[in-house]
Amino acid sequence: MEKRTDKNSYTIFFAIGMVIVVGSLLAFIASSLKPTIDENKRLEKQQNILYAMGVNENDESSATFVSTEKAPELFKQYVTKQLVIQGEKISEDDQAYLIDVKKQQSNAKAGIERKLPLFIGQKDGKTFYIAPIRGKGLWDAVWAFVSMDENMVVQGAYFDHQGETAGLGANIKERFFMDDFIGENLLNTSGNFVGINISKSNADPLNKDKNDNEVDAIAGATITGDGVAAMIKSELRLYMPYFKTLKQ
Amino acid sequence: MGLLSKKDGKLILDPLTDDNPITIQVLGICSALAITAQLKASIVMAVSVIFVLGIGNVVISLMRNIIPSKIRIIVQLTVVAALVIIVDQVLKAFSYQLSKELGAFIGLIITNCIIMGRFEAFALGNGPWKSFLDGIGNALGYGIILIIVGFFRELLGSGTLLGFKVLGDPIAKTGLYSTGYENNGFMLLAPMALIVVGIIIWVQRSRNKALIEDH
Repeated sequence: MEKRTDKNSYTIFFAIGMVIVVGSLLAFIASSLKPTIDENKRLEKQQNILYAMGVNENDESSATFVSTEKAPELFKQYVTKQLVIQGEKISEDDQAYLIDVKKQQSNAKAGIERKLPLFIGQKDGKTFYIAPIRGKGLWDAVWAFVSMDENMVVQGAYFDHQGETAGLGANIKERFFMDDFIGENLLNTSGNFVGINISKSNADPLNKDKNDNEVDAIAGATITGDGVAAMIKSELRLYMPYFKTLKQ
Repeated sequence: MGLLSKKDGKLILDPLTDDNPITIQVLGICSALAITAQLKASIVMAVSVIFVLGIGNVVISLMRNIIPSKIRIIVQLTVVAALVIIVDQVLKAFSYQLSKELGAFIGLIITNCIIMGRFEAFALGNGPWKSFLDGIGNALGYGIILIIVGFFRELLGSGTLLGFKVLGDPIAKTGLYSTGYENNGFMLLAPMALIVVGIIIWVQRSRNKALIEDH
């Protein structure tokens, strides 16, 4: 005799029931944890911005943020101004760091003028201009917070990624890669924006030449590196008009 | 073990030694290589797998008489996937930094062969209590190896344990470093995990000849 559980109708009803039960359970858990997770993400953004301007707890080789407890206070202390650049219009908004870069990029594609957040930090008498940027790596999104001085020379960078290969592309968030950007010029010698290339042939692995617009690539992470370079080129270029106004 | 009968005790203890999922069944190697560069990540992965496998085995065992055999693998996958999403969400909410470090590996618990293997081989044919013990036992056996590998890789690779500089400071040349000792960066790469697992398998089989297969 055929077992009850072998019937097709039983199988279908079982599958439907299972989907409903599991689906509602997960939806309930996800929605009840969402506020906590969002708060974590908000603090992480503050940590990232502080990291890019050199407010971090790095030791000799690891990249360490300031603690989440201290982040809001330090953020208030060091980040003195948050700007939103929308075309010609520049406004101040102390929630600008919550602007979703991904959403603004799709807005721009849909023809809506994009909001560009820019954070201005003060530390030890120096001014840092920090821009959040986002692009594509090999598997998924890569993003960064790049701090620059008024001449668009990089002062610090924090890179992160969604799912680059561990040990290869994922190394963009390692210090040996991020620190290479410090001191690199985003402009060429005649003052035009060229970005920073991730180069496999720059013959400068110790990165002594800071005006070559190149840093050394990571072996085995060509596509991630190209993605990072493309992101820097296309996204930071958008801030050029603002930096020009600083010179006037 | 006063609490458990001898047979039940075996369900927990066997996977720790003579039926270890990693060193004997050779399941779950992928994650054992991938996330053991630090002791902390090893411990978290072990705890997550104990949670997922313990509960997953009970759920599958409770459902074993009503699961349609035609779609049983899909049902098993759904149960693991749901549990893993719960672990992922809870980590994101309460240990955000760690969940970022573990990243894709939490999601990969779903494909951890130990979990599907125990569901299929044990939970579908045994009661919930036994399945629970089997799940905990196998996850512990997996976790122990993870922790041993993580211990050696972090100690020899970074000179730290759980982030504490137990061997002294490599830059200031204090402690062991003052004698000229250097960290072995190779220990941080996946191939060394394979070698450490290999050494564990070697030690285990040389102590218990019954484990050596005849060929």
